[in-house]
Amino acid sequence: MSEAVSAKKLPVAVSAVEWLGRGIIGMYAEWLYFVGFVRQVVVWTVRRPHRVGLLFTHMEFIGNQSLNIIIGAGVAVGAVFGLQIGAIFVVFRAESMMGAATGKALCQELAPLITAILITGRAGAAMTAEIATMKVNEQVDAMEAMATDPISYLVVPRVLASILIMPLLCSVFIFTGVLGSFLAGTLLFHVDEGLFVQKITTLVTSKDIWRGLSKAFVFAAIMAVICCRYGLRASGGAKGVGIATTNAVVVTLLAMLAVDVVLTYFQIMW
Amino acid sequence: MSMDVVEFKGVSKSFGKRRVLDRLDLHIPQGKITFILGKSGEGKSVTIKHIMGLLKPDAGQIIVDGEDIVGKTKEEFRQYRKKFGMLFQHAALFDSMTVGENVLFPLMEHHRTTMQTMLTRVEEVLAQVGLPNIQHKYPTELSTGEKKRVGLARALVTKPHIILYDEPTTGMDPLVSEMIDGLIVQMSKEEQELTSIVISHDLKAALQTADYIVFLYQGKVALAGTPAAFRAAKDPVVRQFFSGKVEGPMEFL
Ligand SMILES: Nc1ncnc2c1ncn2[C@@H]1O[C@H](COP(=O)(O)OP(=O)(O)O)[C@@H](O)[C@H]1O
Ligand SMILES: [Mg+2]
Repeated sequence: MSEAVSAKKLPVAVSAVEWLGRGIIGMYAEWLYFVGFVRQVVVWTVRRPHRVGLLFTHMEFIGNQSLNIIIGAGVAVGAVFGLQIGAIFVVFRAESMMGAATGKALCQELAPLITAILITGRAGAAMTAEIATMKVNEQVDAMEAMATDPISYLVVPRVLASILIMPLLCSVFIFTGVLGSFLAGTLLFHVDEGLFVQKITTLVTSKDIWRGLSKAFVFAAIMAVICCRYGLRASGGAKGVGIATTNAVVVTLLAMLAVDVVLTYFQIMW
Repeated sequence: MSMDVVEFKGVSKSFGKRRVLDRLDLHIPQGKITFILGKSGEGKSVTIKHIMGLLKPDAGQIIVDGEDIVGKTKEEFRQYRKKFGMLFQHAALFDSMTVGENVLFPLMEHHRTTMQTMLTRVEEVLAQVGLPNIQHKYPTELSTGEKKRVGLARALVTKPHIILYDEPTTGMDPLVSEMIDGLIVQMSKEEQELTSIVISHDLKAALQTADYIVFLYQGKVALAGTPAAFRAAKDPVVRQFFSGKVEGPMEFL
């Protein structure tokens, strides 16, 4: 009896080790694939043909069509953050500082991160869904059969468009966010308009803005590369497209947050 | 028999546990029309995807134009594929582009001349497949048969020297089927060097159109030869395929 149990237990232990091993090897293979993918993207960015027409199409899709969302979100986030900061600062009679505090937070963190999250939901998900649909319908195979590299045609224009547009959208977010906090400050906390602006211009430096824009740039690259990669590896019909899209969005957001921590650390410490 | 343009030597390919190609040996003569026959799910599409380098064999050699293509790099494959035209089983048109843009695509990518010349060529080849005046439609607005013909136009537009047709007439009415078979024969006559590889399960068309027929069964070639050899074949599996009967030695997975 006990012999039978231990004989049964051993395979379980072995298969657990095997399972773990497979998992690690799988992750390693995945990582290698990803590194290779990024390298290909870089190579095809430099190499001809440069697809300027496609670049503009994607810039228009990512940028122009997301502008309303970014403006709306900017005003809302700026106002809400302004209110919360204002409620604390008013205790110290420092409510004139609230614009500066909101501005700094917007530039360094809120604007790049929230812009990137919104654009991932809108444009990143669409990138994955589009490319994945092409993949499961053999359109990607057809493209390869016609001697066109899908990375050159599908991925590079999307990556370039993203990294060109995301910092712009981030700037819009900062501007509208400050506007939101200005409205909250002047209307609800009766901060003097001149003082509000003066504090911002003296306390928010160009360094703050550059930190934010460089984050937006990095987030854009992360989003486009991950979303395209999940699209190109999709399989299994409409369901596969759905799975690829969900995974792409989740992985993109997690990767952004992780990179955000590292970037912020270096930006603050150095 | 003339030189072989494609040769498979002991090619195996499995998907999971399913072995689709089982040490397949295959010859496709140059400058001829070769039909690859077999029931559906037999690995016909998988076979031509190997020729294009879209799938990699688990084992074996694939020799095309005298060179083994299995070890080619991505970049080498890109160059290599320029000599092919391929019609996919489900057409695989880009649905973000119009019909005209789809057919123009391979020209724009690799055979750029003046826009006027390229557009004239697009019109010409669309007329050849019997679909003039649909350039501005999108693939979603077309019937299955029309999509397939646009896919055919896209495969032909660059005048490649090897054309792969994956079930060009499946799902089409008899008149259009006839037109397409006629087109395959006509192009082959006009262009001596042109090799046409046609996947089909239409035995009648194969006997009429082909110079050479390869019959795939269980991952191997069950019979290969001229239409005459096929008419005379005694092999029970081939005979069953001819007669279209469910009862017989052929296994349905
Ligand atoms: N990419 C793939 N992944 C998994 N299985 C595949 C793939 N391509 C083909 N198969 C399987 O290989 C077999 C042969 O497919 P195919 O070559 O398309 O058949 P047909 O002879 O009808 O063209 C089928 O069982 C199919 O399910
Ligand atoms: Mg098939």
